[in-house]
Amino acid sequence: MSDTLLKVQDLKIGATVYPPGEKPHDIEIVHGVSFEVEKGKVLGLIGESGAGKSTIGLASMAYGRGGVKITGGEVWVNGRDILKTSNSDVRALRGGEVTYVSQSAAASFNPAKKIMDQVTEAAILQGKFSKKEAERRAVELFRKLGLPDPENIGNRYPHQVSGGQLQRCMTALALCPEPDLVVFDEPTTALDVTTQIDVLMAIKEAIRDTGVAALYITHDLAVVAQVSDDILVLKMGDMVEYGSVDQIINNPQEEYTKALVSVRSIEHAEKTPTPSPILKVQNITARYKGTNFDVLKNISVELHPGQTLAVVGESGSGKSTLARVITGLLPQGNGSVHFSGRDLSKDLAGRSKEDLRELQMIYQMADVAMNPRQTVGTIIGRPLEFYFGLRGAEKRKRIVELLDEIEMGEGFIDRYPAELSGGQKQRVCIARALAAKPKMIICDEVTSALDPLVADGILKLLLDLQKIEDVAYLFITHDLATVKAIADSIAVMYQGEVVRYGGKTDVLSPPFDDYTDLLLSSVPEMKLGWLEEVIANRKMESAGN
Amino acid sequence: MRIPIAALIGLIFTFAYFFVAIFAPWIAPYSMAEVVSRDVWLPPSSEFLLGTDNLGRDLLSRMIYGGRTTIFIATAATILSFTTGSILGFLAAVLGGWADQAMSRFVDLIMSIPSLIFALVVLSVMPVTVPVLIVVMGLLDSTRVYRLARAVAVDINVMDYVEAAKLRGEGRGWIIFREILPNALSPLIAEMGLRFIFMVLFVSTLSFLGLGVQPPQADWGGIVKENADGIVYGIGAALYPAVAIATLAISVNLVADWILNRTTSLKGGRG
Repeated sequence: MSDTLLKVQDLKIGATVYPPGEKPHDIEIVHGVSFEVEKGKVLGLIGESGAGKSTIGLASMAYGRGGVKITGGEVWVNGRDILKTSNSDVRALRGGEVTYVSQSAAASFNPAKKIMDQVTEAAILQGKFSKKEAERRAVELFRKLGLPDPENIGNRYPHQVSGGQLQRCMTALALCPEPDLVVFDEPTTALDVTTQIDVLMAIKEAIRDTGVAALYITHDLAVVAQVSDDILVLKMGDMVEYGSVDQIINNPQEEYTKALVSVRSIEHAEKTPTPSPILKVQNITARYKGTNFDVLKNISVELHPGQTLAVVGESGSGKSTLARVITGLLPQGNGSVHFSGRDLSKDLAGRSKEDLRELQMIYQMADVAMNPRQTVGTIIGRPLEFYFGLRGAEKRKRIVELLDEIEMGEGFIDRYPAELSGGQKQRVCIARALAAKPKMIICDEVTSALDPLVADGILKLLLDLQKIEDVAYLFITHDLATVKAIADSIAVMYQGEVVRYGGKTDVLSPPFDDYTDLLLSSVPEMKLGWLEEVIANRKMESAGN
Repeated sequence: MRIPIAALIGLIFTFAYFFVAIFAPWIAPYSMAEVVSRDVWLPPSSEFLLGTDNLGRDLLSRMIYGGRTTIFIATAATILSFTTGSILGFLAAVLGGWADQAMSRFVDLIMSIPSLIFALVVLSVMPVTVPVLIVVMGLLDSTRVYRLARAVAVDINVMDYVEAAKLRGEGRGWIIFREILPNALSPLIAEMGLRFIFMVLFVSTLSFLGLGVQPPQADWGGIVKENADGIVYGIGAALYPAVAIATLAISVNLVADWILNRTTSLKGGRG
């Protein structure tokens, strides 16, 4: 038993909720969770949003976010129950024995102070090291985490390093005071997929070399499989399954775990191109006002009726800009957009109502894509009214039909967006686009803000709707797993250029160019030892390095 | 529905003031300018509940009619300033570019002149009537509303749902009134309470300086002016309108706070 570092027993956490129109009341959000972490081991906490992962992670520092109270159970760290010790003891624990790495490093660093000062602050404050020792240790950690120029990077300010580097700096910050336990709260979720593997590898090596124990919180089972020894699957504050990585990935017992493991396994056979594409983008060049840099360079792609063209690339590759040019929000410098047998005007104002109706768009953040003061009925009904002049009972009938098509039903017609879940919101946005009976829909990262299981549901729905409505999708994403699931043809974008373009099978078959190889190999796979394999075999370093 | 006690007090007072203002002719014991006593500044009695003023008129009746004038002018000017200010502000945000620049710099120009001095200059060359007062006050104040409305609308204008409406081909009317206005309403309503109070103070100040409501018509600022000399002799007639202005200001603020709290929920203001 002496090896047990963290022991959580029957942990119960409550929170106060403020439902609109009702009295605030307390609910339980974590219902009796128990687990153990041994010295030098990594436990992965996995679940969808609302599962209580972060709450449990913070509870292991005896901390509850605003409105959250630990209502029962025990949390033992190094042989004492930290829920019952004095405040000064808890103060010594946080930032000393237990440290924390958050999801957004950019939001966690103080932009006004140099990285070195922030990395060493806790260690000095806790009296573990002198300033000199702490700085020496920080440099050592920078080197271990693979940061460029480890001696001097600490003198930079947070905005002077890239996102992936900053996330590694934060890991150094957490490791600097020689903690016994580090809580990693979705440390790679906000990063590009190619950057993610480098950070993941750095974290994994740092954990191994320093011998700390860790709680690794994420919603991505494929990621957690790479770094953990054990996995705890959570759902709505309940323990679903707890076991070794090998058992969870290769032999899951519970239905929910099985669903998580088999996520992203949608199969979609590639369709052959038709003679007349619905969308033909030719030699598009575009730049933003007031800049002299082309965000898009000579882009040419085609999309065929009833098919899906996936545009893939990292952030900054210009894929969303391409969507803005096609919709007319950003007039192109050169080139033409040929749509449905006619040339589209560069400018939104020059397009006919019919042009607008046939080309719809679905956004990444369904939250802000719907007016919070309009009901679902108004949101879906407006295009019907606007394009087809439907009114009254006729309009309502069509709204209900659309709600049925997105598998939601009439009961939602009077709800406001705030009363819907993330997946439901995205479904309503899909219905709004379909209401216009478009020939083509631009889907801009429509699943990237959703939990994997919910995202799967949305992708299946989009595929089904494509069969029924014969609509073409221009699907913008950074997630290659999504692309494999739904695309007929693929355009890989890198720094404003299309580096690879063609049918799905062709694009995804070797020989690859270096960038496509990097992108493809960076998609986490539900396989043990995948991370090491990728790092050993890839041809090109990610942009973050 | 539970109303917090502060809001309840505010509601009661506000309602009472507006009720009295609307039904003044039926509530006031004497008419507005009728001299009812030979004695000026009589202390309160059963005959004259608040005593008499500097000309021997019933002070309570003057207060009631004065409230009617003050509240009417303030309300009308507020409505004018909000319609003008918010529509122009929304328009500036939606149009952007040179139209926004032109309107915003013009507003800056007007705001750089203290509004009291501006009003005094304008009113000294114009005939001082109630409609003129309302228009001058309303337009001067609309610059503040414009600033707020534009700032709020600029934020809303970049939301994806507004972009979605533009891509749908919606006109400016729909975007302003159906997409932006409902989401800008709660800060605007809270501001409306504050602007209304500012209007009450503004019209009272103008009357006190002699460029507002003209005698014999009563208004609170004017009553303070008429009876200000009495303070030297220990006569408190000028304090009644001052207290009325203060209580009205506080109660309207309490109500505005409450409305702001209620409408910040995302349920279309029903929550």
